[in-house]
Amino acid sequence: MKPPASPPFLARNSYRLRRLMDAARFLPVFGFVLMLLPLMREDPATGTGSAASEWAYLFAVWLVLILATALMARGLRKAFDPPKAPDPARKD
Amino acid sequence: MSFNLLVLTCLAYVALLFAVASLAERSAEEGRAGWLRSPLVYTLSLSVYCTAWTFYGAVGYAARSGLEFMTIYLGPTLVFVGWWVILRKLVRIGRENRVTSIADFISSRYGKSNLLGVIVTVLCISAGTPYIALQLQSIAQSFTVFVTDLDTAPVAGDRTLIALWVAIGLAFFTIVFGTRNLDANEQHHGVVTAIALEAVVKLVALLAVGVFVVWGVAGGPADILARIDAQALPDWQIQPGRWTGLILLSAIAIITLPRMFQVLVVENVDDKHLATASWAFPAYLFAISLFVLPIAALGMELMPAGSNPDMFVMTLPLALGRDDLALLAFLGGFSAATSMVIVASLALATMVSNHIVVPLWLALRAANGQDTGNMRLLVLNVRRLSISIVLGFGYLYYVMSGGSEALAAIGLIAFVGMAQTLPALLGALFWRGASRTGAALGLISGAALWAYTLLLPSFGPGVVLPAHVMADGLFGLPWLRPYSLFGLTTLDPLLHALFWSLLVNVLAFCIGSFLSFPSPIERVQGALFVNVYDRPGPARSWSRPMAQAEDLLPVAQRIIGVKSAQAFFQAQAEGQGKAGFLPDITPEFLEALELKLAGSVGAATAHAMIAQSAGTAVVSVEDLMAVASETAQIMEYSSQLEAKSEELTRTARKLREANDKLRKLSVQKDAFLSQISHELRTPMTSIRAFSEIMMEADSLSPEEQAHFAQVIHDESIRLTRLLDDLLDLSVLEHGQVQLDVAPANLRKLLDQAVTSSKSVQANRMFRIIRSRDDEEIMVTTDGGRLTQVFINILSNARKYCTAETPEIYIQVRQMQDMIEIDFTDNGAGIPTESQALIFEKFARLTDSLHAGGAGLGLAICREIMQKLGGDIIYVPGQGGASFRVSFPRVLAARAPRREAAE
Repeated sequence: MKPPASPPFLARNSYRLRRLMDAARFLPVFGFVLMLLPLMREDPATGTGSAASEWAYLFAVWLVLILATALMARGLRKAFDPPKAPDPARKD
Repeated sequence: MSFNLLVLTCLAYVALLFAVASLAERSAEEGRAGWLRSPLVYTLSLSVYCTAWTFYGAVGYAARSGLEFMTIYLGPTLVFVGWWVILRKLVRIGRENRVTSIADFISSRYGKSNLLGVIVTVLCISAGTPYIALQLQSIAQSFTVFVTDLDTAPVAGDRTLIALWVAIGLAFFTIVFGTRNLDANEQHHGVVTAIALEAVVKLVALLAVGVFVVWGVAGGPADILARIDAQALPDWQIQPGRWTGLILLSAIAIITLPRMFQVLVVENVDDKHLATASWAFPAYLFAISLFVLPIAALGMELMPAGSNPDMFVMTLPLALGRDDLALLAFLGGFSAATSMVIVASLALATMVSNHIVVPLWLALRAANGQDTGNMRLLVLNVRRLSISIVLGFGYLYYVMSGGSEALAAIGLIAFVGMAQTLPALLGALFWRGASRTGAALGLISGAALWAYTLLLPSFGPGVVLPAHVMADGLFGLPWLRPYSLFGLTTLDPLLHALFWSLLVNVLAFCIGSFLSFPSPIERVQGALFVNVYDRPGPARSWSRPMAQAEDLLPVAQRIIGVKSAQAFFQAQAEGQGKAGFLPDITPEFLEALELKLAGSVGAATAHAMIAQSAGTAVVSVEDLMAVASETAQIMEYSSQLEAKSEELTRTARKLREANDKLRKLSVQKDAFLSQISHELRTPMTSIRAFSEIMMEADSLSPEEQAHFAQVIHDESIRLTRLLDDLLDLSVLEHGQVQLDVAPANLRKLLDQAVTSSKSVQANRMFRIIRSRDDEEIMVTTDGGRLTQVFINILSNARKYCTAETPEIYIQVRQMQDMIEIDFTDNGAGIPTESQALIFEKFARLTDSLHAGGAGLGLAICREIMQKLGGDIIYVPGQGGASFRVSFPRVLAARAPRREAAE
């Protein structure tokens, strides 16, 4: 089943929506990498990480992820609306 | 706080839940479910992820291992942040296919295979039951922690008894609100609303305790950070393997846990809610884990050594004299435990009834030849029974494990167990080539490894797995030790089990899929799932209504019950502005009816039923499959018929050919016989005539007598010759002739022939031109037969050559092993149109009695020459009749041509 050929150029809105979808796919990967950073950090004096500062760091990353997702979700909602002529929900 | 007061509080709280749930159910029934279907309620219902294990256990976990507790929430956060990739598709497919559970999802994707449904159900039960037991334990434990008058209230000290009452109460609640009706899409508004309320309670409770700890006890955020660092233990050091592994594991769990699947996919009413939940649920997790570490740190600092860190959420406010906060925390923990138990038992009961009990029941009924009867009551009762059984299992597990420490680890163990469904689930979403065989192999092998390396050993050595197996491995093989399979000793048991089980699972899944060939329905389902976005909106729709409402009403009555079916039809008719029970059959009505039926008998069955009754243009895959298989049977039958008729045609053709041949032979035979009789009659007639004359001998002169006797004699010789010829031909044709092969001189043979032929028309003078040198050839053949052929040719020439001064030219040529002899006369030759006939029997061009032959001569010649390995042909255009005789100089002992033919 071959999807009908996508138009080579998109209207500005559809283009933005598709890049937003790309961003939504990348976000968890970035988030995962950021969550792994505490593994590579330690206090040179004690040889261990500081629990309190890592705690603060992780919650900060967490907050950033939540805010970024909330912002993106506003834009991505459009994709749920009944598709018009060129289906914006289709992958490019 | 006194035990009785605590119980009273609990009862009041539960009464509140009942009130909220029934209010929600009533609103939903009256169609005022708008606020129930808001994204907020959906997001809050997702918080069943946070169980009592989260509520109490997270603080304990933080106290023991530091930041590691966060992995349990970071993983789900990643999945929701990446909702666009997996969750969106999962929810969309689940809603479009009216999936009722994770087992239903997987079985539906892999060709509606009930085998897979059973496997996943069993896996969910074995992973879920201990988890339910854990919740019962934590409730019982929190009771005993809270109650101050242990001595006066003996029940309070008996955790088993408390757990029993809690289990009964929860079963009651779940049955009341979980099996109230068999409504469309397996959605339970009452339960979801109650869960949402509980989500608020547990969040508020934990936040309240946290705020109290940070700002009431400690001196604000800076102070608490310092205290955290002061309390840090060496164990708090983050272990890279566990950190990464647990983030991944919890990310898997948020998708695969049955209760999460229930609230995430099954109870979802609108795809768009996911867009809100994508950030709101991580925010909820963020809030609920924000104060975990501060509470743990302060608990470790302030509480006496040896106190159970799992209970810090309650014991810390109690110790600091804040009974109100402690009560709130108690209710929070209670909420966390009950919401998990309710949703989990509901999800498990749905699986048990849909994939195990109902199919068994129907199979038994069908085997006994009984009608399936009223399905509605059956399904509801099975559902109720299943809920009781699941909770009973949970309680039994709790009692048997004795509330041991082993239970504490059961959360992560269950995660690993449910993670076994991940390959099949992701394959269902993204890989069209994933097959049923692969999924079953992967699930079974993964689950077996999980059980052997994690679940069974978790009970401790000697409980399920004997101690010697734990220490020395199965059958005494060290590389089969449960905690270090194949010598992998550096991983901790959880990661070890996760690694091995998922590795083998994925491997079996892939190899099984590579090597098997999916059934058509499996491939259709695969395409339907993987390419879900290629179709705008639900694929099925009722386009051409043809059934009568009277036909549909009995069907509906049997499934959803007489009363509610009639009510539904009446309501639909009213909606269309009609009175009575029979609405017009509009596509909307059919869709509504199908949705209604789907809640009790499953989507596919409902669709097939309506398709059967309505006879619409759009039918389900099963219908198509049934039709296709029938068509295939018919086609096979007709192709068999076709083959048979072809065979008959062939036979008939053969028969016709044989018949034609026979007819030809018969004609030939008739012609032959008439020829023979003609040939025999002519001489016989003269013999008879002359002999009759001679009987009146007295009137004849002796000369006349002699003449007549001469005629009779001649005619009898002719007869004899004819009979000889016939015999000769017959012998030659049937290959019974014996050749007398011997060396001979060709010239002598020709001399003999020329001499013999002189008796024919002896009065004519023939000039015979020969080259005797050429004729000096020694041949090895049947000289007598060859001479017979020569005589025949020469006699014919003498008979038929019409020239004034007849000549016969005999020319001999030797070509390699073949000898060619041309006999050419100077007569008129044979007309072209007759040349083909001369070698046939009785072919005599001029039927003259005087020719004295029967017309068999050349036919005999040809037979002889073929016996001698050669041939005789007529050579046209030589100025007269010309026959060419060819034969091998040396004849092999036996004639090859006839032999080959026989």
